[in-house]
Amino acid sequence: MSLLDIDERILDVAKLADIVKSPIVDGKEFPECDIALVEGSVTSDEHLHEIKLIRKKAKTLIAFGDCAVMTNVTGMRNYFPLKEVFDAAYVNAVSNDTEGQVPNDPALLKLNDKVVPLQEVVTVDFVIPGCPPNADTIFYVLFEFLNDRLPNLSEAKKLKYG
Amino acid sequence: MDKTERRTIYISPVTRIEGHAKISIQLDENGNVEDALFHVNEFRGFEKFCEGRMYTEMPTITPRICGICPTSHTLASVKACEMIQGIQPTYTANLLRRLMHIGQNLSSHALSFFHLSSPDFLLGYDSDPVKRNILGIAEKYPDIAVRGIRLRKFGQELSERITGKKIHIMGIVPGGMAYPLTEENRLALLQWIPEAIETVQKGLDIIKTFHQQNDAMVNSFATSPTLYLGTVGPNGEHELYDGKLRFIDADGTILQDQVDPARYLDFIAERSVSWSYLKYPYYKPFGFDKGFYRVGPLARLNVATKMKTPLAQEEFENFKAMNDGKPVHGTFYFHYTRLIEALSDIEIAEKILNDPEVTSTHIQHHGRWNYTEGIGSSEAPRGTLFHHYKTDETGKLTNVNLLIATGQNNPSMNRSVLEVAKQYVKGNQIEEGMLNRVESTIRCYDPCLSCSTHAIGKMPMVIEVFDAGGNKIKSVERSF
Repeated sequence: MSLLDIDERILDVAKLADIVKSPIVDGKEFPECDIALVEGSVTSDEHLHEIKLIRKKAKTLIAFGDCAVMTNVTGMRNYFPLKEVFDAAYVNAVSNDTEGQVPNDPALLKLNDKVVPLQEVVTVDFVIPGCPPNADTIFYVLFEFLNDRLPNLSEAKKLKYG
Repeated sequence: MDKTERRTIYISPVTRIEGHAKISIQLDENGNVEDALFHVNEFRGFEKFCEGRMYTEMPTITPRICGICPTSHTLASVKACEMIQGIQPTYTANLLRRLMHIGQNLSSHALSFFHLSSPDFLLGYDSDPVKRNILGIAEKYPDIAVRGIRLRKFGQELSERITGKKIHIMGIVPGGMAYPLTEENRLALLQWIPEAIETVQKGLDIIKTFHQQNDAMVNSFATSPTLYLGTVGPNGEHELYDGKLRFIDADGTILQDQVDPARYLDFIAERSVSWSYLKYPYYKPFGFDKGFYRVGPLARLNVATKMKTPLAQEEFENFKAMNDGKPVHGTFYFHYTRLIEALSDIEIAEKILNDPEVTSTHIQHHGRWNYTEGIGSSEAPRGTLFHHYKTDETGKLTNVNLLIATGQNNPSMNRSVLEVAKQYVKGNQIEEGMLNRVESTIRCYDPCLSCSTHAIGKMPMVIEVFDAGGNKIKSVERSF
């Protein structure tokens, strides 16, 4: 959602590119595309499937935000066995009643034991760190790519983790 | 399709909402909808991995639950910390927190209405899905698109001009604020007010016109009565930042009033279910089956006695008149109430920005660990949320419980989806426009699904059809 922090400049981006798939657009199948901005870590079987598919379909894959780049807060559960993490929410939470069931429906994704960043499972072409990335940096990177230039992150003023 | 088979349809993901979700619709032998399940499909595990950390880290960690309501999480978290320390924020700190919280409510409501929902109202539910988004609005109604984008920008700027950051702000600390508001930033923020009010009024025109032109649909749209929970001020006035809880029943009778949020466990319990990573909370005195309640803008306006500002009050009276002062149950009216809140936000922001104390530098009381337990709450854009921490005597967390806004709407979302599915989905006709209507029911709640399971990520999308024996007989890919 931090992409929307570029405000009206989203309309400039839309002049140079078709936004073919995003949470703000009703998408069809994941299409062939020039640039894919991917946020979030790989935490489950579905994520792994998705990121591999995106890697196949996108010419340039950008890891977008700290979770994608180095797992960030999402990866904090890696210090604990998955079952303990799961039980803290679904069995032992102080507000839980005694009649609950642990989520296990086939429609639900299967959580991996460990959360990993994108580059651990696919080749990542570019990273935009930040939690969230700074809006000016996002626009700079997008604008450079859309004009066939490789962004120079050392020139981005507000580049940082966190 | 064979008419004698039972089928299950998955709509995945529900697009234009934040986070992951799937809906499966169970059809009976005649192709009529029998049941619908709303699957929330993410989990991150904050309850566990925060254990062992210092309680003072929580206001920095927990906003990462969500990129849309980080300020509400920070506020609930920081209030829990203040209960652990036994201190209160300064007067100016409260003003600045209110401003930032208003900013977040405004940007979230702008996003929900203009970016995500207005395409349905202005372009039509059955319009070309490729254009049914904010960029499609920008082509056909450029003024509305730019206004919506700028309203969200104003909301984000309220945070940025106080703390230097738009999302995951860092400046709200136990005891107050880490940054003051400068005079330059105060003036810059004040300049936004007239434009912001005009934009919300245009939004109100859009929704009211839609109500008029689609009366039958709006008033038959997921209208089952529920209980409601919201935060109110001492006189029952609408409140987002700091107040007491009020529960009402489906007729508007007050069940509990002026309840300290620290007593939430007396009135709220939740149940884990097999089909979703999102739990099902309920009003404890009524039990799981009868205790469904809703939170968020519709709930807050249903529980409130009045608004705090004149323009919002005027619109609030129109809203109250719709059902003779009794609760309005139609899920569609979430949109309308969201805009009334946005109006109130802007009016209150103007008032705070004109308070002579708002630029004071007396912004923080300093405390230390004193108690082993802290509970904080706030009204996120999508409803009441609670953070509950227990610590050992060094301040390290031993137990963390998070009860999130969207979670509390989960049982009702599930039921609303079933109602709409029954109305619009008929066995053999699985049309894009119909599926979008089911999705739009969920969108009414503006759920932050990453928030509610404390999860984040992108959405897969597949429609799967199952026969009675559980064999997949059809699969339609809509996304990944």
